[in-house]
Amino acid sequence: MNDSLRDTTPDALSVEGVSHSYGDRLALDDVSFAIAPATFAVLLGLNGAGKSTLFSVITHLYASRAGAIRIFGRDVARESGAALAQLGVVFQQRTLDPDLTVEQNLLYHGALHGIGRRETRARQALLLARFGLADRARDRARYLSGGQMRRIEIARALLHRPHLLLLDEPTAGLDIEARADILFLVRDLVRADGIGVLWTTHLVDEVSDEDHVVILHKGRRLANDRARVVMKSAGARSIGEAFTTLTGGGRDESAA
Amino acid sequence: MSDGLAAPRPFGLRQYLICLQGIVWREGLRFLHQRERFVSALVRPLVWLFIFAAGFRQTLGISIIPPYETYVLYEVFITPGLMAMIQLFNGMQSSLSMVYDREMGSMRMLLVSPAPRWFLLTSKLIAGVAVSILQVYAYLVIAYFWEIEPPTWWGYLTVLPALALSGLMLGALGMVLSSLIKQLENFAGVMNFVIFPMFFASSALYPIWRVREGSPWLAFVCELNPFTHAVELIRFAFYQKIEPVSLAVVVGCTLVFLAGAIFAYDPARGMLMRRGG
Repeated sequence: MNDSLRDTTPDALSVEGVSHSYGDRLALDDVSFAIAPATFAVLLGLNGAGKSTLFSVITHLYASRAGAIRIFGRDVARESGAALAQLGVVFQQRTLDPDLTVEQNLLYHGALHGIGRRETRARQALLLARFGLADRARDRARYLSGGQMRRIEIARALLHRPHLLLLDEPTAGLDIEARADILFLVRDLVRADGIGVLWTTHLVDEVSDEDHVVILHKGRRLANDRARVVMKSAGARSIGEAFTTLTGGGRDESAA
Repeated sequence: MSDGLAAPRPFGLRQYLICLQGIVWREGLRFLHQRERFVSALVRPLVWLFIFAAGFRQTLGISIIPPYETYVLYEVFITPGLMAMIQLFNGMQSSLSMVYDREMGSMRMLLVSPAPRWFLLTSKLIAGVAVSILQVYAYLVIAYFWEIEPPTWWGYLTVLPALALSGLMLGALGMVLSSLIKQLENFAGVMNFVIFPMFFASSALYPIWRVREGSPWLAFVCELNPFTHAVELIRFAFYQKIEPVSLAVVVGCTLVFLAGAIFAYDPARGMLMRRGG
């Protein structure tokens, strides 16, 4: 973690020297950064920068070839259960079962985290009310709009009360209004509930000056600091300009 | 919402049971929502029973072989094979749904659960087996009215553990296959290279001594085929008997296939990691 971000609390997420490759193709090259609790952090990178690979490694879908990942001090490889219990995940792909109702989707998620049906229903009622979707509990997921599905997925990710929320391009495919809604909702979770967030995106307009920004390019970490610090060190007036300066302005699809 | 930085609740026995129950419940719901899947699972063996068996009754003589103590109709002979066929197709259907889940992303939600990966896969396997057993009993209800029944009603009960074991073996095989199939479109290959050879090169439709008369090497292949042993396990259990060799083969193959599936879905070693799936 950089000095401007350091405080005394343990890191919500710590990524230390993580490398990963698919055969000969290097997708992540010695990536390190850390995120403090109750922080809104943005993982910024072009398509193919390695964001999704890093996301999969953090969520232990597969193990990294080198390095270590800790969630609140718990090693994802060695204590995966304890680490994943503190993690809420929203994947880029829609992961609600379209044939099940919203309530059934949440009950299933609760069960996967060992939460009984009564407790899940109580938590679900609070979450759906907060996200303005209490009236959709009995609807099948396939009948929800893209923005509603995303909100349900975020509610589901919070059901087991994680301390860190990972979102992989959560606004992909949403209209401007829905994007703003989701972004506001997640920022509010950081402010009101003290949840740490790692928000993966390639859209620079989703970054604010005080956000912690990690820039990933061709599988390598190019920046890791508050957005305003990144802008200053790149001699840029905006995070978009800083991003273009740091990445050389070119696209590269070599990383996954 | 977040309750501070309290340590995560450990996954104890109660949490494991809730998790297992949730996975079985979800599989049951999916099955109920896919009525055409239930209908086709039932129609397939019934077509074999009502049409194929009726046609073959006169051409294929069955001698008295264990567990039968008298001559039996061909329909009676192939019923255990059709019960196993239901489970074979269900196992492959589960494999197909795992590939679909992987493509649609819902598999990821399962795999990021704090429960151990082996437990999640075994729970999913048990859920699939429960569904396949329901299908088999639905078939047996219809077969009963075709006068196909065990010698005593106890047969319906004694066949249950055999169905559970054969379902586990075929479901675990399906799970291994699901890890090898990269895209849904490749699934047709499973039909051609797994389901059909397993079903036809077995004792499901004809006794092995009959096969041996025509082709000794094919009879040898049939004897090696784990599906043959699933059929024989069911056949004997339906008659309240145990076939020890088939029991050993089915248990052994279940363990091997399940270990293969757990390996394939292991984050550090499996196929998914190698291909970035």
